[in-house]
Amino acid sequence: MSTLLHIDTISKRFRGLVAVDRVSCEVAQGEIFAVIGPNGAGKTTLFNMIAGALSPNEGAITFAGERIDALRPDEVCRRGIARTFQIVRPFPALTVEENVLVGALLRNSDVARATATAQDVLRRLDLFDKRTQVAKSLTLPDRKRLEVARALATSPRLLLLDEVMAGLRPTETDRMVAILRELNAAGLTILLIEHVMRAVMALANRVLVLHHGAPIALGKPADVTRDPAVVESYLGAEAL
Amino acid sequence: MIARLTANVSARSWALIAALLVALLAAPHFANDYLLTILILILYLAYTGQAWNIMMGFAGQLSLGHAIYVGLGAYTAAALYVHFGIGPWIGLLVAIPVAMACGAIIGFLAFRFGVAGVYFAILTIAFAEFARIGFDHISYTGGSGGFFLPVAQYTQNDLWNLRGRPIMFYYVILALTIAAFLFCHALLRSRIGYFWFAIREDEQAARALGIDTFRYKMAAVMISAGMTAVAGVFFAFYYNNLFPEQVFHISRSIELILAPIIGGIGTLFGPAIGAFVLTSLSETMTELLHAFGFDFPGAKQVFYGVCLLIVVVALPDGIWPWVKRRLRLERRA
Amino acid sequence: MPFEIYLNVAVSGLLTGLVYGLMALGLSVIFGVVRVVNFAHGEMMTIAMYLAIVLFQALKLDPLIMMVPIAGALFALGYVMQAGLINPFVDRPEHSQFMLLVAIAIIMVNVLLLVFGPDARSVQTSYAFDSFAFGPIIVDATKLYAGCAAIIVAAALFAFFKFSFVGKAIRACADNYTGALVVGLNVKRLYALTFGIGAACVGAAGSMLTLIIDVTPPLGPQYTLLAFVIVITGGLGSMPGALLGGVLIGMTEALAGLLFTPSAKSMFAFAILVLVLLFRPQGILGKRTA
Repeated sequence: MSTLLHIDTISKRFRGLVAVDRVSCEVAQGEIFAVIGPNGAGKTTLFNMIAGALSPNEGAITFAGERIDALRPDEVCRRGIARTFQIVRPFPALTVEENVLVGALLRNSDVARATATAQDVLRRLDLFDKRTQVAKSLTLPDRKRLEVARALATSPRLLLLDEVMAGLRPTETDRMVAILRELNAAGLTILLIEHVMRAVMALANRVLVLHHGAPIALGKPADVTRDPAVVESYLGAEAL
Repeated sequence: MIARLTANVSARSWALIAALLVALLAAPHFANDYLLTILILILYLAYTGQAWNIMMGFAGQLSLGHAIYVGLGAYTAAALYVHFGIGPWIGLLVAIPVAMACGAIIGFLAFRFGVAGVYFAILTIAFAEFARIGFDHISYTGGSGGFFLPVAQYTQNDLWNLRGRPIMFYYVILALTIAAFLFCHALLRSRIGYFWFAIREDEQAARALGIDTFRYKMAAVMISAGMTAVAGVFFAFYYNNLFPEQVFHISRSIELILAPIIGGIGTLFGPAIGAFVLTSLSETMTELLHAFGFDFPGAKQVFYGVCLLIVVVALPDGIWPWVKRRLRLERRA
Repeated sequence: MPFEIYLNVAVSGLLTGLVYGLMALGLSVIFGVVRVVNFAHGEMMTIAMYLAIVLFQALKLDPLIMMVPIAGALFALGYVMQAGLINPFVDRPEHSQFMLLVAIAIIMVNVLLLVFGPDARSVQTSYAFDSFAFGPIIVDATKLYAGCAAIIVAAALFAFFKFSFVGKAIRACADNYTGALVVGLNVKRLYALTFGIGAACVGAAGSMLTLIIDVTPPLGPQYTLLAFVIVITGGLGSMPGALLGGVLIGMTEALAGLLFTPSAKSMFAFAILVLVLLFRPQGILGKRTA
C-alpha cells in the first residue's frame, strides 16, 4: 500500500513548552491509524499541525506527495484531509442536513447536487431521519455522528477523528466503530486520536503512542499495548 | 433555479405575499403626500436594512458605520450630476464600485489583521467618522456647508434624472426593495449563502470544511457596501441636499440597523417588518404628541431606543421569527 | 511658531488627557472584568456633567467638591444597570450585549436632549480664568486642578484594586469567572459592583470635565468613541494603559488642533485607533491574549 500521509520529524514548541517532540510516522492509503497517549501528550497538537491550524517549528508533513505543513486549514481540507474537533462544533442554528450540506458544497457548487450528496452521507451515518432537526437540539452521540458526517461530506481521502468516541456509551461506541469500519472498507483512510481502548483495538491497523510529545511506541495494537513503556506511562497493568 | 426559489413556500405565504404586493403597488392612489413620504421612508429603511443584513445577518460581521456607504454613494452620484450632468442611473455605475472599494479596504484591514467582533464594529465607526470629518473639508462636494442638487418645478416625472414628484420616487424605491428581496432570497439559497451562515455560526469550523473564510467575508462586505450605495444615490436625488454632518453621522448608521435588528437579523423579511413597525409606530407617536400640542425634539429617538431595548431583551431574534411562529408560516426565510 | 506655544498646548493636552484617562479607566475596568462593551460610557459621563451643572447652579458648590456625590450617584446608576439589565446578558452573544448598551445610550442621549435642550451649558467657577505660570509654561487653573484630581482618583482606584479584599475579589472574577464562582464569590454582585465603580470613575471625570468644556447632549456618543480609542490604544484591561492612552490622545488632539484645523483633531484619534487595531490590537500596555 502506498503512503498517503508522511510526517517527518515534526516538533511544536509553545514558548518553552515542547508539545510535540520530533514525531515521525507514515500512514498508508486505506489504513486505520490510531494515536494514543495520556492527556497532554501532544495528540491534538499533532492533529492541528496536520490540519493546518498550527504550523510545526521543525519538520515536514507530506500528503499524497505534496508538502502541506505551510497551508491554511481550508487549503488542507481542499487537498483532501477532513477533521473533526475534540469538542464538537456543529453549526447550532442550522439543521442537520444544512450542516452536512455546507461540507458537501466544497466539491459541488450546485446546491441541489450537494444536497443529494449530503443526504447520502446522512444515510450512511444513520442521521437521515433527523435531517430537519436543528443541530443544537441534538444529543451528544448524534452530534458526534453529525461532526463525522459533515467532515465526510467534503469527500476527503483522509479523515482525522479527534476523540470521536469520548462520552459515548459502549453500544454507541460499537455503532460508531461499525460505521468507521464501513467507511474504511469503502476506501477512506482514517487517522484517529482515541482514549477508548475498546475502539482502538477494534479499529486500528497500527498505533502510535505519544508521551510528553515524543513517540514511545509504534506498531500493531497488540504489540503496542504489551510494550512496557506504554503500560507504565499510559495503560496501567489492568488494561491488559 | 426559479423552481428552487419557489420551493418550500406554503400556499399561505404566497397569499400573504401577493396581498402585500397588491397593496404596495396600489398605495399611491390612496395615500396623500404625507403618507407617501412615510411609505418611501419605510421602503428606504427596509432596503438599507436588507443590505446591512447581508453583512451581519448572513456573514455575522457587525458594522456600525454603514452610513459611510450611503454617503459615498450619495456624494459620488451627486457630484457626477452637479459637475458633469451625469444622470443617477449612470452615476450608479460609479457609485457602486466606489463603495465596494471602501468596503474592500475596511474588510481587508479587518480580516487580514484579525479584527473581529466588537473591534470590527469600532473600526467601522472610526471609518465613518473619518469620512464625516473628511467630507467637511472637501469643497468639491460642498464641504460642511452642504451639497445641493438643482431642483426646479417639473411638469412631468423625469425618470432618467430622477427629478419629479414623490410618486415616482415611491415606485423607484419599491422596485429597489423588491429587487433586494429577490437578490437576498437567491443568495440565501445559494452556495455563498450557506457558506456565510457557516462562517457566522463558527468560523473555525467553517475553515475546517474547506471554506476560504477571508474571501467570503470580503464578498459579504463588498456586496453589502455596493447595495447600500444604491440607497445613497436614491437618497441624494430624493432629498437633493447632502451635509457630511448628517449623511455620515453615527445616528444614521444606528437608524439603519434598527429595522433589521428589531425585525429579525438574518431573516429575509425582518428588515422590512422592522422598518414598517418602527416607522409607523414612531410617526403615530409623533402625530399624537403634535395633536396634544407637544413638540419634543428627541422624543422619536427615545422611542427608537426603547423599542430596541425591548426587542433586545425580550425578543432577541427580532419580531419576524416570533410572528412567523405565531402565524405558523412553515418556511426558512 | 515659538516653542513655548507647543509646550503650553502639550501640557494643556496632557492635563485634559488625564481626565480623559480617568473616564477611560472606568471603561477599562468594566470591560476588563465584566467583559461587556459599555457603549453608553460617554453618555453616562454626559449625565454626570449635567448633574454637576445643575448642582452648581442650585447649590453654587464647586464641581471638584461635587465630584464625590456625583460619583456616588453614577455608582448607583451603574450598579442598577448591571444588576438589573446587563447581568442576564453576560452569556449572550457579543452583538446582543452591544445592542443592549446602544439602546441604553440612545435613550440616555435623547432624554438629556428632551430635558436640557441642545444648547451648550457650562460652569463658571471663581477661578475659571486663573492661571499658573511654571517658567515658560502657563497652565489654566481649571485644567491643573482637574488633572490633579484625576491623578488622585486614579491612584485611589489602583490602591483599591491592589489592597482591598473586594478589589482582589473583582480581579479574581476578571481572571477566571468559573474559578471565582467555585471559590464562592458572588460574581453577579461583584459585576454590579464593578460596573458601579466604572460608572463612578465616569462620574468623577464628568465633574472635572465641566470645568474645562461646555456640555451638550451629543457629547455623549463622541466621548464614548473617545473612550474606546483611548482604551484600545492604551490596552484593554490595563489600568495604567487607560491613563497612558488618555494622556496620549489628549496631547495628540491638542497638538493636532494647533497644527491643523481644530475640526480635524478627532481624525487623528481615529487614525491612531485604526493603526492600533491593525498593528498592536492589545494596545500599548495591554496583555496579548493567547
